[in-house]
Amino acid sequence: MGYVLFLLIVILYMTPLIVTFAGSFMSSREVEKHYSVGGIQDDEFIDMNVIPEKVTLSQYAELLFESPVYLNMFWNSVKITVPIVIGQIAVSTLAAYAFTVLKFKGKERLFFLYIMVMLLPLQVTLMPNYMVADWLDITDTYLAIILPGIFNPFGVFLLRQFMKSIPDAYIEAAQIDGAGHGRIFCFIIVPMIKPGIAATAMLTLLDYWNLVDQAVIFIQDTQKQPLSLFLAQINSGETGLAFAGSCFYAAPMLLILLYGQEHLKQGIAITGIKG
Amino acid sequence: MKKMIFRNRNQLLPWLMLLGSFAGFCLFYLVPFVVSFFYSVVDHPIHGAFCGLQNYKELLRNPYFLRGLKNTVAFMAVSIPLNMVLSLIVALVIHNMKRYPKYFGLVFLIPLAIPSATSAFFWESFWGLHGTFNKFLSSYHINGFDWRNSEYGMIVMIIIFIWKNVGYNMALYMSGLSSIPKQYYAYADVEGAGIWWKFRNITWVYLTPTTFLVLIMTFVNSFKIFKEIYIITGEFPPEGLYVLQHYMNNMFLSLNYPKLAGAVYILTIAIALPVACLFRSERKLSKDLHD
Repeated sequence: MGYVLFLLIVILYMTPLIVTFAGSFMSSREVEKHYSVGGIQDDEFIDMNVIPEKVTLSQYAELLFESPVYLNMFWNSVKITVPIVIGQIAVSTLAAYAFTVLKFKGKERLFFLYIMVMLLPLQVTLMPNYMVADWLDITDTYLAIILPGIFNPFGVFLLRQFMKSIPDAYIEAAQIDGAGHGRIFCFIIVPMIKPGIAATAMLTLLDYWNLVDQAVIFIQDTQKQPLSLFLAQINSGETGLAFAGSCFYAAPMLLILLYGQEHLKQGIAITGIKG
Repeated sequence: MKKMIFRNRNQLLPWLMLLGSFAGFCLFYLVPFVVSFFYSVVDHPIHGAFCGLQNYKELLRNPYFLRGLKNTVAFMAVSIPLNMVLSLIVALVIHNMKRYPKYFGLVFLIPLAIPSATSAFFWESFWGLHGTFNKFLSSYHINGFDWRNSEYGMIVMIIIFIWKNVGYNMALYMSGLSSIPKQYYAYADVEGAGIWWKFRNITWVYLTPTTFLVLIMTFVNSFKIFKEIYIITGEFPPEGLYVLQHYMNNMFLSLNYPKLAGAVYILTIAIALPVACLFRSERKLSKDLHD
């Protein structure tokens, strides 16, 4: 009985993906027939059909071959997210280590500031970000999104949680053996928190891959927009294309989740046992 | 013991390691945040005159701001605890699964990978006037309406929030669960302990640090769901769905920085106070656990 209920929930959970995936293989005419309903009659309803009348790749053909625009927007997303993930990991791992080993007055207060900024909604930090982008004259470039992304305190917070769980004895033993901070960091800490790094990278990637607001505010040039923004602004007449675009855009993330899930689990596993 | 060893060490390198992050943090978050305080005490964004707390007073009387505040608090008060409880249940079920826990876990993570616009479109098609939910109702001869714009709008948003975020917390809880030594349960079994006893005295106790992490991340994510809400409802949502971010977004778009900055500071203080208390109690709790 419990299993049946659970299976039902699982199916419900996957419905949006299944509907989108199925829709991406329908012709635009069929998609419009199912989704463009309404108007005057009240007894007409959207039909989330999951079995196409006729399977066609025409949506994908339009997306991938007929116009370079979409592929280019996909590439724009890559150009925004990859530097953020790499930069965020580099900066945050170093800072989290410093937070772990340094002992200075006001450390906890400084860390609290980091957490506070992390907790603020995007709408709060957008204005400061916008001001700085203006000072640095980087509006309408990806740097306006990438730089605040790299210095987002989220990574420092999460990675510090991982490092906390490493028993101090490891670091102390290495120090007694004469290892400096550089060696301890590279050969002890980083290998031990690899799962944590993977988890942080994955969560950062998911977050920025689907960004919308930052692109609306910083990127005016439509040529430079990421595909996530395009999907949010797509016209109602192009639902079929939106389905195909969504699947195309979500596919790399789904693959990463499938392979990274184990890291996500182990990664945060260490945080349970706090030192 | 620890202090003694660290004291005589060369600490230059860790300071440098912190410097990179701190410099960027200051430049992109802290400094502009402090600077924006000046916007909040002038009457006009350009060449404004000092007006003291006028903006704050006006904000606290502004019906839109107050409505946004009320709705945001209501949304969080329901969705955060609900999400945490459901995530824990899902995590427990999947953790104890004998077959394919990996794939079931993935199912709950899928919503995180779907573009916001896509999930927004799906939920619009589901809850709209001509949506699938009403189609279902009509087969029982019940006349539906547009659920998003009704008094049930908030419930719809909470469902979307839960759908999207249970997986995130589930992953956090699963890792917490897998770090609990299995012997503890074995000992409890020998003593003949029941399921509920084991949950109360082993699982829940050892999940305390994870629960703090989950609470913080749920809080962060409860702001992030605005992206979907905004795509579904647009700039001018029905009264019951007007949240603080709508207000801030509109102030930003109309370039009303003094009001926006004032709202930012009010919200920051409203978040900082409870969080500071939370952290104090966490530190006390973890001290108690170790002493």
